[in-house]
Amino acid sequence: MTLATFPADEPKPSWTRYFSFNTDAKVIGIQYIVLAFFFFLIGGLLAMIIRGELITPEADLVDRTVYNGIYTMHGTVMLFLFIFPVLNGLNNLLIPTMIGAPDMAFPRLNAVAFWLVAIFGVLLMASFFVPGGPAYSGWWSYPPVSIQNPLGHLFSGQGMWLTAVALSGLSSIMGAVNFVTTIIRMRAPGMGFFRMPVFCWTALAAQSLQLIGLPSLTGGAIMLLFDLVAGTTFYDPAGGGDPVLYQHFFWFYSHPAVYVIILPVFGIFSELFPVYSRKPLFGYVYVALASFIIVGLGLIVWVHHMFPSGVAQWMRNLFMFTTMLIAVPTGVKVFAWLGTLWRGKIRLTTPMLFCLGGLFNFVFAGITGVMLATVPIDLHVSNTYFVVGHFHYVIYGAAVMGIFAAIYHWFPKFIGRMPYEGLGKLHFLLTFIGANLNFLPMHPAGLMGMPRRVSSYDPEFAFWNVLASLGAFLLGVSIIPFLLNMISAWVRGPKAPHNPWNAIGLEWLLPSPPAEDNFGEHVPVVISRPYGYGLGKPLVENQEAIEQVLTAADLQEASR
Amino acid sequence: MTSASPQKPRFTPVSMLGLAAWVVLLIGLSWWMGQQAYHWLPVQASTAAPLVDGLFSFETAIGTFVFLGVVSVMVWVLLMHRADKYDESDAEPIEGNTRLEVIWTAIPFVLVMAIAVYAMRVNTTLGMLGPMEHIHLSNPVEEVGGYPGDRLPAEQVEVIARQWSWEFRYPAANVSSTELHLAVDQPVTFRLVSEDVLHGFYIPAFRLKQDVVPGRAIDFNLTPTRVGRYRLRDSQFSGTWFAANQVDVVVESGDDHSQWLETASRQPLQSGISDASLEFEQRAQSGRSGWATVPPAPPPQVNVPGSNLLPHDG
Repeated sequence: MTLATFPADEPKPSWTRYFSFNTDAKVIGIQYIVLAFFFFLIGGLLAMIIRGELITPEADLVDRTVYNGIYTMHGTVMLFLFIFPVLNGLNNLLIPTMIGAPDMAFPRLNAVAFWLVAIFGVLLMASFFVPGGPAYSGWWSYPPVSIQNPLGHLFSGQGMWLTAVALSGLSSIMGAVNFVTTIIRMRAPGMGFFRMPVFCWTALAAQSLQLIGLPSLTGGAIMLLFDLVAGTTFYDPAGGGDPVLYQHFFWFYSHPAVYVIILPVFGIFSELFPVYSRKPLFGYVYVALASFIIVGLGLIVWVHHMFPSGVAQWMRNLFMFTTMLIAVPTGVKVFAWLGTLWRGKIRLTTPMLFCLGGLFNFVFAGITGVMLATVPIDLHVSNTYFVVGHFHYVIYGAAVMGIFAAIYHWFPKFIGRMPYEGLGKLHFLLTFIGANLNFLPMHPAGLMGMPRRVSSYDPEFAFWNVLASLGAFLLGVSIIPFLLNMISAWVRGPKAPHNPWNAIGLEWLLPSPPAEDNFGEHVPVVISRPYGYGLGKPLVENQEAIEQVLTAADLQEASR
Repeated sequence: MTSASPQKPRFTPVSMLGLAAWVVLLIGLSWWMGQQAYHWLPVQASTAAPLVDGLFSFETAIGTFVFLGVVSVMVWVLLMHRADKYDESDAEPIEGNTRLEVIWTAIPFVLVMAIAVYAMRVNTTLGMLGPMEHIHLSNPVEEVGGYPGDRLPAEQVEVIARQWSWEFRYPAANVSSTELHLAVDQPVTFRLVSEDVLHGFYIPAFRLKQDVVPGRAIDFNLTPTRVGRYRLRDSQFSGTWFAANQVDVVVESGDDHSQWLETASRQPLQSGISDASLEFEQRAQSGRSGWATVPPAPPPQVNVPGSNLLPHDG
């Protein structure tokens, strides 16, 4: 590769690089993840206020305007400032190291994409302090509510929100171009597509969805911004516009966005189950390809968010069928993971516990998802707490749990120190119990007809809401052992060897942490499929020699 | 899962029997959950409700079976296939099994298609009952204007949604109200319009929901089947007092309904229910600070305000 290799005794790089315009994917990855968790705490605090308000039927904790702003910002922060950035952070860390590339294809574009996140994050946070408060029309931001602009100012919380979402789209498109190019063009010699780790398959699938879908949302948001500040009427019926048009633009991206989130998490499950079961991934080729079946189907299901919006019957039926079909490739993955676990040698490490918990929650979410796909049931429960429960099982129960699994699993590789197992298991326990206590009671409340986004509700829903609020507060507590673990392990955790989990993969043939250019000019030649646990076949040429050097370095480090 | 490796078939007759007994148990449990599912829903108060509930019960049963099946495998693996404490070795490498992969593609495919076909049938029946005929590809009702002449249900009610109140007009009786009164077992056609933003016309006891879209008049039919007092809830976020935009739906016998219309038509116009307006005034007086809001529309002037305080059926 063209990058210069650094001498082995390069002094330790300064921590200040994390606050600079750095083009090293591993630095950017950690920047993304740390920034994302900063916003995770803010989004979580907003959730605490929401659940505090909803612990009683009356609107008594905050003013209704404040409640609406807070629930809107909770969703916005969690999606655009937590989950997408944290996944892009993992992409940055894992994709180059897993495929043996020295960096991303476009390192400067990569850094620009990250700093855009920081910029629109500041913009969104600033919107709390403008006159009138932040956006309050939900993260869907459906017009006409979102263009009502009560104060009539040119600069409003809603306007800043739309600008932020457009910037987020821009940043994600830049990221997607980079990830797709890197995966297609920069794989190690010998690594054909069918020797590529499943995480890279799912990242490729998810980032392709970003490229296809995001222009729709970004364009739609810009048109909405024009409606808000420039008096256009794309979506305003008074001027001949159509509010339902916006819903199409929005969901054409925002449903696939769910797959952008969950596909890499499927990738994480597919990486981790083999490691901690000591078995190859069951049906690797099919699992890899299923990601692209999900991409194809994922692009033609968006109208299921609009069944009550006034769409024709044939559309309802068509989109019901396509949505139902998605259960098939998803089921393939679930069964493949079960096949991987079956007769394995299961090790219940922290990452494995998070994977198993995430799989459990995901199966539950999949079942409520199939229910939501059927039009008659959706007509009853759409826009109720049933939907809120469903997608929190997907996003928190499955995706965030999978992300925690990935962080515990790859922390030693990229930080060079070991996280603590005890704190990790405590974190898992609190997260698993908290998530289920928080999100399960939302289903009965929704089935009984409690609408989502309400700041007050009829007393008959109180019981389920009290349970949900208690679960939410437990989830709030659950983050404490995680933060303790991460900070103390980073500062003074035991030094990590190059391959603490005895895992197979190119990233585990690098020292912990890897050098700035990863393998530099000595990229190993891949000679077999990933996940060769128990097969006794080396992954790369001269594997033994590479391992010897790394083990010697581990020993030297340990004796220091 | 029956992923036996070809070399060492480990499924003895006893284990097969155990597996079969477990599957039978799961089927029993799933059937029971399917029956329980009816209790998780509000009372059935429209012709649509039993259809929707039947489908929900069916999906709950199938979903329970799939969920318990997957969890059974996970629990079994966690109990039986744990690595010993110092065992660093790998497990027997099984890379896949084409036959199994075909099976676990085909079975879910058949299952979801079965559910989809069932759901589509319910959909069609619901459509015949009315609620989904409001819009067609070539000839949307709102373009024609007025009520479609080919099917004239007994009663027509205009529903006007505002930030944040509901107004119901009965053109035939020249009555308006902020409490929805319907005659039991009598089909009704609603004409849904919004004067400002999106709203959602949602009566959980009827299991039906339709967004009210500004700039469109949407026809929406249903038939209530049970006398009682229910809730109409705004289901599409409509701004500050969205949560307070709820009123009662009274289903009464045909005689009571005629009586009600008769009495109502003689009452003078007065301010209808608008919790939002009340709260807005209180908020202004108390000087409580919040973020910006559009002011509520003035309460509609109606013959019958109705009440928001009486107990309703769950």
